[in-house]
Amino acid sequence: MKKSVFFGALTVAGVAAGVAAAGTLDDVKARGKLNCGVTTGLVGFAAPDANGEWNGFDVAVCRAVAAAVLGDASAVEFVPTTGKTRFTALASGEIDMLARNTTWTFSRDVDLKFTFVGVNYYDGQGFMVPKELGVSSAKDLDGATVCIQTGTTTELNLADFFRSNNINYEPVPIETNAEAQQQYLAGACDVYTTDASGLAATRATFEAPGDHVLLPEIISKEPLGPLVRHGDNEWGDVVRWTLNALITAEELGVTSANIADMASAAGGNPEINRLLGTEGTLGEMLGLSADWAKNAIAVSGNYGEIFEKNIGESTPIGLARGLNAQWTDGGLIYSPPFR
Amino acid sequence: MSTITDPPQGSFRLSMLLNDTRYRGYTFQFIALVLLIGAMGYLMSNLFSNLAAQGLNISYQFLDEPAGYGIAQTMVEYTSQSSHLQAAWVGILNTLLVAFLACVTATILGVTAGVLRLSKNWLVAKLMSAYVEAFRNVPVLIWILVINTIVITMPSPRAYRGETPDTEMLFGLIAYTNRGVYIPAPTFGPGSMVVVLVFLASILGIFMYRRYAIKQLYDHGRDLPTFLPSLALFFIPTLLAYFIMGRPIGVDVPALQGFNFQGGTQIGRPLIALWLALSIYTGAFIAENVRAGIQAVSKGQTEAAASLGLRPNRVMNLVVLPQALRVIIPPLISQFLNITKNSSLAIAVGYEDITATLGGITLNQTGRAIECILLLMLFYLTISLLISAVMNVYNNSVSLKER
Repeated sequence: MKKSVFFGALTVAGVAAGVAAAGTLDDVKARGKLNCGVTTGLVGFAAPDANGEWNGFDVAVCRAVAAAVLGDASAVEFVPTTGKTRFTALASGEIDMLARNTTWTFSRDVDLKFTFVGVNYYDGQGFMVPKELGVSSAKDLDGATVCIQTGTTTELNLADFFRSNNINYEPVPIETNAEAQQQYLAGACDVYTTDASGLAATRATFEAPGDHVLLPEIISKEPLGPLVRHGDNEWGDVVRWTLNALITAEELGVTSANIADMASAAGGNPEINRLLGTEGTLGEMLGLSADWAKNAIAVSGNYGEIFEKNIGESTPIGLARGLNAQWTDGGLIYSPPFR
Repeated sequence: MSTITDPPQGSFRLSMLLNDTRYRGYTFQFIALVLLIGAMGYLMSNLFSNLAAQGLNISYQFLDEPAGYGIAQTMVEYTSQSSHLQAAWVGILNTLLVAFLACVTATILGVTAGVLRLSKNWLVAKLMSAYVEAFRNVPVLIWILVINTIVITMPSPRAYRGETPDTEMLFGLIAYTNRGVYIPAPTFGPGSMVVVLVFLASILGIFMYRRYAIKQLYDHGRDLPTFLPSLALFFIPTLLAYFIMGRPIGVDVPALQGFNFQGGTQIGRPLIALWLALSIYTGAFIAENVRAGIQAVSKGQTEAAASLGLRPNRVMNLVVLPQALRVIIPPLISQFLNITKNSSLAIAVGYEDITATLGGITLNQTGRAIECILLLMLFYLTISLLISAVMNVYNNSVSLKER
């Protein structure tokens, strides 16, 4: 029998050499679009509205960066990521930055090689339970079934908390917030645990938010912030200082209402002048236009405005500023000076 | 008259590699091999240079570090302080459990449906056709999600609470909740070992009796009854031992305690969803294999057996099935492999199999994607080849012995 040579389909899966040593900023400018990783949907932080427009606290950071770099707040491609896919997406270059309420931890910074450019929300992990269970403390949760998003720091905190209190739990691993909501409301788990802000946001979408309580224990520190890849410091600086510009704007009283006015000519406050580009060359140093910060702030206002509009006390999510107030108001939100 | 002369033994020339059909095949295979190795080498060097450029390396040290996360269904000792390796082991056992359960039920379901589809009863045959067509033409992931959703709509443990609960346990023994089904579990007291041994011995006894009955049939033509004696052997000695030893084996009935049912055996929701979905989906394929196998046996065989005076069930057992098995087994192997590999869809319902522990949480928490995926591939490759090998041994035992 004569055997014929058979070439199987030799699929050369291109392990794309996507490691450009530097130049994300140039890439974004050349592309004319910012690829920004966000959640798959967490109301208040990042979720598409009825018209398919992405809105939220994290989305506002993406839009501000796009406005600072490209001068156009709508030049953003939002890439929904789950807790498991987000780091691969960022490391592989699929997204330029990740603004997905991601906790800044040592191992993510050092071992996974990411650069956290700052903190835009100081959070902590909490628990939500139905009121009818009559639970008043997380320490009463012995034997409870807990819904938990896999691939998050909360998963590890949860195990640590129950172990240190010598109580047991049964984890129900889930992928997305929407799935967690479905399982929790169906009673497939007694408790839902994630960042307290996320719990508040999730509860706000329930039919009867009053039937569910957040337990008083906050079991971890979760500083959430945008992050970029290690090794591209120019790009890291752009994202870092865009976030700082939003924070400084609130501190200096620059709002979406008065920014056009303030940026038209140099005013009496030199730091505002430097921030808005009417004085000095801060924009040029970043490799951006002089009015970069003005563009970023003009999109949806300063940090405080973004907070109030998306997750503040006037919204269904109803989060108080708390730790996230300006340092001048006793909070932790603090930007280095623009000088 | 002719003298047979050897064909001229021309010396080997390089051009024969292309011109001579004896060597041409090898030449091309060799070229293909070199190209393949080159392509793999290129991909590997690309991988390593990219990893180096990002300052990453391949290391399996993370397997010794504490995993730090909890797992709901564990068949071996596991806490959040156990190592990642132990978490992977828990995942492997869970994969094997669901694969084994699904293989067994899919085979039972498939054989039943396949035989019934050939039934002369119009309704039964059509029902089975509907089952086969409906289930094998919808993706298995959809079935997993459908069954998961059905289980979620069952009452939550809270419904069993209170003086007048909304839901009562089935026969007071089985609790069905949206977190899974809780069934009573046996508890083994002192002396239970004797009962278990007697039970095992009586199983052995059944096999020996059946062999004896066949020997009697072949040697002396005596047809001994097998069903009733087997049944008696199965129950009577074990029950006797059970009562003589003072009923050492008890039953642990699940009871509502705190948030969940405690005691008994819990069959978790993810396991139920995955197990049932894989069974009914693959069962539909196996049904078709079985039908094809039975139809492959020529009608003449059945008629010949009938004309020898064999009763219909004997015709099926002694003539048709042994021949049909030769056709059924090879595709059955591939269905078993499919079940094992499809069990990695566990991730959709949060079943903690190897893909969810090692390839999911461990991968994500340690960031060691390449290492984890390589281990995962190695595991599935090993287990698939093992199943294949075992089934091939069985196939050889039933295949046509050529002499």
